[in-house]
Amino acid sequence: MTTNKTHKNVPDFRLSPTVDKVGVEERVARFQTRSIKNEAKMQGLKMVLNMIDLTTLEGKDTPGKVRQLCYKGQHLHDLHPGLPTVAAICVYPSMVAEAKKAVGDSGVKIASVSTAFPSGQAPMSIKITDTLYAVEHGADEIDMVISRGKFLAGDYNFVFDEIAAIKEACGKARLKVILETGELASLDQVRRASDIAMYAGADFIKTSTGKIQPAATMQVTYTMLCAIKDFYRTTGVKVGMKPAGGISNSKLALHNLVMVKETLGNDWLNNNWFRFGASSLANDVLMQIMKQETGHYQSADYFSID
Amino acid sequence: MAKNKHKETPAFDFSGGWDYSPSPESTSHVQLKKRYDLYIDGKFVAPTSGKYFETTNPATEKVIAEVAYGSEADVDKAVKAARKAYETVWSKLSAKERGKYIYRIARMMQEKARELAVVETLDAGKTIRESRDVDVPLACNHFFYYAGWADKLDYAFPNRKMTSLGVAGQIIPWNFPLLMAAWKIAPALAAGNTVVLKPAETTPLTAMLLAEIIHESGLPAGVVNIVTGYGDTGAAIVNHPDVNKIAFTGSTNVGKLIQKAVAGTGKKLTLELGGKSANIIFDDAPIDQAVEGIVNGIFFNQGHVCCAGSRLFVQESVADQVIQKLKDRLETLYVGDPLDKNTDIGAINSKNQLTTIRKYIEIGKQEGATIFESSCALPKKGYFCKPTLFIDVAQSSRIAQEEIFGPVLTIQTFRTIDEVIQKANNTPYGLAAGVWTDKGSRIFNLTTKLRAGVVWANTYNKFDPTSPFGGYKESGFGREGGLHGLGAYLKVDN
Repeated sequence: MTTNKTHKNVPDFRLSPTVDKVGVEERVARFQTRSIKNEAKMQGLKMVLNMIDLTTLEGKDTPGKVRQLCYKGQHLHDLHPGLPTVAAICVYPSMVAEAKKAVGDSGVKIASVSTAFPSGQAPMSIKITDTLYAVEHGADEIDMVISRGKFLAGDYNFVFDEIAAIKEACGKARLKVILETGELASLDQVRRASDIAMYAGADFIKTSTGKIQPAATMQVTYTMLCAIKDFYRTTGVKVGMKPAGGISNSKLALHNLVMVKETLGNDWLNNNWFRFGASSLANDVLMQIMKQETGHYQSADYFSID
Repeated sequence: MAKNKHKETPAFDFSGGWDYSPSPESTSHVQLKKRYDLYIDGKFVAPTSGKYFETTNPATEKVIAEVAYGSEADVDKAVKAARKAYETVWSKLSAKERGKYIYRIARMMQEKARELAVVETLDAGKTIRESRDVDVPLACNHFFYYAGWADKLDYAFPNRKMTSLGVAGQIIPWNFPLLMAAWKIAPALAAGNTVVLKPAETTPLTAMLLAEIIHESGLPAGVVNIVTGYGDTGAAIVNHPDVNKIAFTGSTNVGKLIQKAVAGTGKKLTLELGGKSANIIFDDAPIDQAVEGIVNGIFFNQGHVCCAGSRLFVQESVADQVIQKLKDRLETLYVGDPLDKNTDIGAINSKNQLTTIRKYIEIGKQEGATIFESSCALPKKGYFCKPTLFIDVAQSSRIAQEEIFGPVLTIQTFRTIDEVIQKANNTPYGLAAGVWTDKGSRIFNLTTKLRAGVVWANTYNKFDPTSPFGGYKESGFGREGGLHGLGAYLKVDN
């Protein structure tokens, strides 16, 4: 289900809107003072679970590890019936086939990083081959990285064309474009990279690989949400958002949802348009859900660690 | 351009969906008395007339306490107590000891911050978010800041000779009840004066809690006296022959009366009056943050802010975009129970004020401006007003000229920088202005040309005890806050 395409009429990306960091910090602080309790909290927590791209991206990943992760994604905490599954399992291309088999027809998507993740320092032909390999083995979604070096050198056309080429290689798979905001240095640059990605055909824009700090700060995510908002107003095309890296507890995840709700509205509050890239978030959310139900916290040993 | 399969019109849905559950701040730690007396000469005393008036919670229209109605006789008692305290104790005390008392008051206010915030919200209708995060902390900070100056006056005005003035009569408004009391009392005490303060009739409670704190702090009797009442109580302070200084914050009309009354009496005077401040958005501004600044500029404290950015000027090339974003943002503002931690806009301070605001909204409609109101539902009880925009407003419209003092924003467009400077200055007021641009040189150009006491760049409604605040023209004279605010309570000779 791809929704965006490479646009022919594109603005001059040097003229992307400016972003005032102090103002963004102030706005983000306001989201964090929202009080989410009781039913709203329970509903929010379940929404978070259903938006997670449960991720393993390590050199030491094995088919066995991936199979376990896929099971966990579909059975988050069977002691508590009625919980949703995660949105997707996110793995390296070499693990896509194994993961696809493991999730079967559960509805859980398989996302694959590609384009020489995480650095993106490889020739174009290899990036396309990387992407095609993942798609051919069943990836529903592709998480590509942009060439940050080219971006910082001001070669926006290169970055645009590269995204457009990967978009073409994706076929029906949805494309998430990772900006690696921790390497872009300023919110102005985050905004510019977001605009390039969306006009080049991104179905999602994503903050980080998870390999670089800082990753998905609320300031960065807010800047990208504002870019999505403007893009939708201008083109009528919705683009999804995926903060990834650093969101490891429920409170921060709920604050992210507040931010989405008050910036883009209810239409974005589902896993078609919003995802969390995370590995340890799910268990904290489960712990909070059980706390809401039972009134007390259980130790970490009561929640499986896949 | 993009053909979307679903043919959705690009709009955002901010209604319903995932709703935050009600999250009211607890009031269990607050015990209001049924009745509050005057605080004169270190004692809580009944008014000589025996009269009391009711103060209500504007969000529920319920009476929450009775408050003493101070008369001329009570004011006279208070001024005499202040004079005695000035001559026998306060002016004799070492500056260091004076500072200690002020520090102590500041610390005790911090300890009771939650109680002060809740009572401020109950009495004034402002949101708990603001009274908790802005009013109370800032009020404490004013005491801390001026406490520091008490024994350093020689460094504040080097090589000058300073003497305190004597008895300061202070009359404060209802929009920031506790904060305004702090703005007035702290510098007066630090400079060595004694005080007779009158809170506004709709919001006397936090001033009385402050009186309790002051009492508990052991401040010598008569140094601070608080006399609650109506306009005639304030007039008695202004007209009292033994008052050396009048500090007033409130409406321009009353300010003019006060200035007439003190003319020729030798009383020192500072007035902080109304405003119709311009908030100016250039096309290179960080638009999303500017929209936040516009919202904060006009809807902060329900627009009951003398320096509210109530006249918006947007450069034509970005006007449609800014207005669209502003409309979207209005839909995400929560209007309702001021005690709920998620409420963005609380209750209008009084029925009278709500009537005034509604009158201006009618005037705006009659003048032919396009109105946009948030689609939010208002509570059935209490005094509430939807956040409101008026688009296509002319400089000659009354709603663009007169102070509304509510959540109503007028929007005008401009083409060139000279045009907007002219229009921004084309008002009898001159309290504040905001400038939004990515260009530093433009900011400095405008700060020198805008005739306003405060000019904020890429922000709005930022307050700090170290920064002087005050107006030009009909917005008053004299400055409060910072060194300037200290100087207003001293006679400084060469």
